[in-house]
Amino acid sequence: MNLQPAPDSAEEAVSCHALDYSFGDTKAVDSLDLSVRTGEIFGLLGPNGAGKTTAIRCITTLLPVPTDRVKVFGHDAAKEQMAVRRLLGYVPQQLSADAAMTGRENVTLFARVFDVPRRERAARVAQALDVVDLTGAADRMAKTYSGGMIRRLELAQALVSAPRLLMLDEPTIGLDPIARSSVWEHINAVRQATGMTVLVTTHYMDEAEQYCDRVGLMHRGRIHALGTSDELRGQLRDRRRKEAREAGTPVPAGDTATPTLEDVFRDVAGQGLDEEGGDYSDVRSARRTASRLG
Amino acid sequence: MSEAHDGRRPGSADAVDPGRFELLLVPPAPRTGWRVLPARVIAMCVVELQKLRHDRTELYTRAIQPALWLLIFGETFTHIRAIPTGGIPYIDFLAPGIIAQSAMFIAIFYGIMIIWERDAGILTKLLVTPTPRAALISGKAFASGVKALIQAVVVIVIAAALGVALTWNPLKLLGVAVVVILGSAFFSCLSITIAGIVLTRDRLMGIGQAITMPLFFASNALYPVAIMPGWLQVVSKINPLSYQVDALRGLLLGTPSHLLLDFGVLIFAALVGITTASSLLGRLAR
Repeated sequence: MNLQPAPDSAEEAVSCHALDYSFGDTKAVDSLDLSVRTGEIFGLLGPNGAGKTTAIRCITTLLPVPTDRVKVFGHDAAKEQMAVRRLLGYVPQQLSADAAMTGRENVTLFARVFDVPRRERAARVAQALDVVDLTGAADRMAKTYSGGMIRRLELAQALVSAPRLLMLDEPTIGLDPIARSSVWEHINAVRQATGMTVLVTTHYMDEAEQYCDRVGLMHRGRIHALGTSDELRGQLRDRRRKEAREAGTPVPAGDTATPTLEDVFRDVAGQGLDEEGGDYSDVRSARRTASRLG
Repeated sequence: MSEAHDGRRPGSADAVDPGRFELLLVPPAPRTGWRVLPARVIAMCVVELQKLRHDRTELYTRAIQPALWLLIFGETFTHIRAIPTGGIPYIDFLAPGIIAQSAMFIAIFYGIMIIWERDAGILTKLLVTPTPRAALISGKAFASGVKALIQAVVVIVIAAALGVALTWNPLKLLGVAVVVILGSAFFSCLSITIAGIVLTRDRLMGIGQAITMPLFFASNALYPVAIMPGWLQVVSKINPLSYQVDALRGLLLGTPSHLLLDFGVLIFAALVGITTASSLLGRLAR
């Protein structure tokens, strides 16, 4: 376990404490402790079915949680749902833009439901579309967008209310590599310009390594390791070296010396990782998203 | 981080100049209290109108069935005079019933759309906005009312073209609009309630099919309650569609009706529907 001491609650964007969530007999989230610091990009990593989406849905108030388990900038997700929602920009895993409306109409809906006053609505929507480089396509129907454009449109929908915490559930699932890096570049640019906190789930280890300030490795409902990608990889490298020295086998060196994040994951998850793959509905939902992305 | 990306296209994300999105740094001031509900209802209705503006196919295809009812069923039964209608031609008697029926069909379909929106993530995202569930359901309910209202205009035009003697009194037409919207609010909430219980689109489609025709036949839409067998009269009495049709007939044709009771029942039914559907909405979010 590499759990770091929790920072002061004042600088915590998200804190989960002993959070449980079960679907029937299945424990999707199992006494989860999580703390996301203000201003960072935090990556929640894990295979399908690890409980990432359930954890996200608890934080977004979609799933009912007991009091004092989940806090978003100090607001309790059970008692102050509306306050929490006002701080959130949420992009679910599915393609959640409405294909039967234009990009601009999609963003305007979210400006309306977040109470953006009429006099600044058009300007704010235009800025949100501009940030994700969709100004030129704003008045086209969303069904004519490419997969990457739809993700960027969803980003604009989430940004129009000036959230303090952006929550992205598998934002790059099903996208080609170019669209993936484009989505990440936009997330980064927005983060740099606004100082917004980003909580993202992904099962792409390379993305997490490249773009996240800190990562939490989640498996079977729990976080098994927490830290920067370098820290986690360094810790595993040092431990392997120590074990090798103690066992008297050759100490790994060169390219094999530093493990990848995936190695770290296999190490903390232990046996059974390959058999985990999410249930039927997880796979179906991921495939449906992928097929809509084209 | 992004330094790792070379050769990116010009004008790409990190060329963002902070002045370009100053508005996105300030959260909007929240609406509070009673002002939340009308704002959300308007937002949902605007979405419905925008969608209809982009694609009017549904408006046309949904006009076919009521047109056939009026043209074939209405004309035929007007000639054979088999149904006692209190002195008015049968097609006149039928027209308000068909308006209510086409509104109900749209509303029942709305619950199926909620499940589709859930599967697509659209509903999920709306549930994470500062919108109380009752306000979201009210918004959806009235949006289905707006859709039904536009459909009602189409049916009224068809009926007028077939020679039905309808009122053109604007106040009465306003009453017709309110009745159509209230009825749709109830039936869309009924459908969302069932959606909240059965949770899947396939099951809801089946149930939707199974209840729409009985609701239609067990009402005064096609024939007066007086000629029904006793048990059907009881069903008709608790069927909000009967009250909707009664009000529509009274307003559009000037036949004797019980407007106060009709409006009372429709408002009550809509409120019960919104309450029940909101309390079950959480199940759809899971």
